[in-house]
Amino acid sequence: MGLTAPPDLSVRIGSLTLANPLIAASGCFGYGVEYAEVADLSTLGGVAVKGLFLAERQGHPPQRIVETPSGMINAIGLQGIGVHRFIAEKLPELRALHATVIVNICGTTLDEYVELARILSDAEGVAALELNISCPNIKEGGITFGCSLHGTFDVVSAVRKVTRLPVIPKLTPNVTDVASFAKASEDAGADAVSLVNTFLAMAIDVETRRPKLSNVMGGLSGPAIRPIAVRMVYECHRAVKIPVIGMGGIASARDVLEFLIAGATAVQVGTANFADPFIWAKLLDGVTSYLQRHGVARVADLTGSVNTSAPQKHG
Amino acid sequence: MPVDAEARVISNTRLSPDYNVIALAAPDIATSAAPGQFVMVKVAGEAAPLLRRPFSVFEVLRTNGRVEGLTLLSKRVGTTTNLLFNAVAGDVVSCLGPLGRPFTLVDPPTEAIMVAGGVGLAPFATLAEALLGRGTPVTLVYGARTERELFYLDWFHSRGVRVRLSTEDGSAGDRGRVTVPLERELVAARGRDVMVYACGPEPMLEAVAHLATRHGRPSQVSVERVMGCGLGGCYSCVIPVHNGPQGHHYVRSCIAGPVFSGEEIVWD
Repeated sequence: MGLTAPPDLSVRIGSLTLANPLIAASGCFGYGVEYAEVADLSTLGGVAVKGLFLAERQGHPPQRIVETPSGMINAIGLQGIGVHRFIAEKLPELRALHATVIVNICGTTLDEYVELARILSDAEGVAALELNISCPNIKEGGITFGCSLHGTFDVVSAVRKVTRLPVIPKLTPNVTDVASFAKASEDAGADAVSLVNTFLAMAIDVETRRPKLSNVMGGLSGPAIRPIAVRMVYECHRAVKIPVIGMGGIASARDVLEFLIAGATAVQVGTANFADPFIWAKLLDGVTSYLQRHGVARVADLTGSVNTSAPQKHG
Repeated sequence: MPVDAEARVISNTRLSPDYNVIALAAPDIATSAAPGQFVMVKVAGEAAPLLRRPFSVFEVLRTNGRVEGLTLLSKRVGTTTNLLFNAVAGDVVSCLGPLGRPFTLVDPPTEAIMVAGGVGLAPFATLAEALLGRGTPVTLVYGARTERELFYLDWFHSRGVRVRLSTEDGSAGDRGRVTVPLERELVAARGRDVMVYACGPEPMLEAVAHLATRHGRPSQVSVERVMGCGLGGCYSCVIPVHNGPQGHHYVRSCIAGPVFSGEEIVWD
């Protein structure tokens, strides 16, 4: 047996080439710089930073998270430093760390998304824009676009007009037919879609009869949502030609592979990074050895390779 | 720099039906941890809980001067603490740390008063050793519900720490809250420089911080908030701190804390 060339892990998202398909999910990785001591950010396919508005935001009062079976519900409320402080304080450090920076932006109005896209397009070191039109935890903006096909189309096309950066709307699963939102995004000029954001959820302390989160409701993430997310990625991949970035409860290399095979070009990992901030190297090793074991030359060849012609045989 | 140690359980000592001290073979963390820092813990092999839970480093274990590991003081309140209570030697616990900002130490002639409530004793063994090593006189003011929940008194006595107690049922020390003996200590220390350190339930921390301020003393309090990651990623463990006149903003207690000046926190 001769030596086999290492598999090609790179993937393309519009004009952007990622070194590998592993992206830190927005809202689960701070501004990236918090993790510089435990992870080499240059080895990640990308870092999606915490959602940014134009202005600083306080977020919700605690309690902001609660653990639930195989998952967690969060209602952080998009606490953040605002785009200007991000560019001044965080972006230089991210550049120095050679991170591929995907900036997640959120607005209460269409104009705010456009303004954010303009500002970030002029900033050095931004690789792509992820449009947060799916946060379930704030009263205005975001999800009001993401729950309407017209709203999704309008915000994506408005941002598309003012930036050459790849535009990636992040879709909510809290709709009946997520694939139609992927299609609306594609029609509006999106370079990719990412999904799923969290599932609107709630937990109650029965002793006190009070909600466990200050915001009453929040977004469910973690392995509990994974099979639903895989299904939604599969549906979206079949509905659009642009890349799908999949996420939802990924905690192992097998989970990464499942999303890729379902139709994802790249994946994001969020909740699992909380439990194991050293997860990235383990995921990459696992994916690489799978590709070698199966003789797959390029990770991109896995995308959408699920064989649905005959169900798996058992026994 | 934090490391993730797959730490073997060296021993597990039950102090009461609810409290235990678990010794973990995590020498790298124990060596680099400063008093007040914490570790994020997950019992290996258990699918639930999904997230780690924060614990102060209680003791640094040494044999013939060599650091062998650390201990955690734990009280059974949930799944992780139950798993830690029932763990046996040889089990493995994932231990990520050291994390967070430690206590700021003081030198003589400044004296230290450490105020502990219940399981809030946890950061004070390492703090006492560090302070005594600098020659700083240390008093431990320690409160619990009842005498049976006061632990490690000999440990502190034998190292030269003055110990003052309170119990809610009056079974040891002053009857009532820990602020009763604390106020007496602050009055007695009039004219001398004192730093107050506190760890325990938040209402206790608030009372201690206010008492210290009333006596013109600085305080450092170690808070415990619901924490998701310990590294600043999730923004769940926030606490409001003063930010200009009448204003406040939320900071992450995992990286801006867990130790704060008692005066910077906006108490509920």
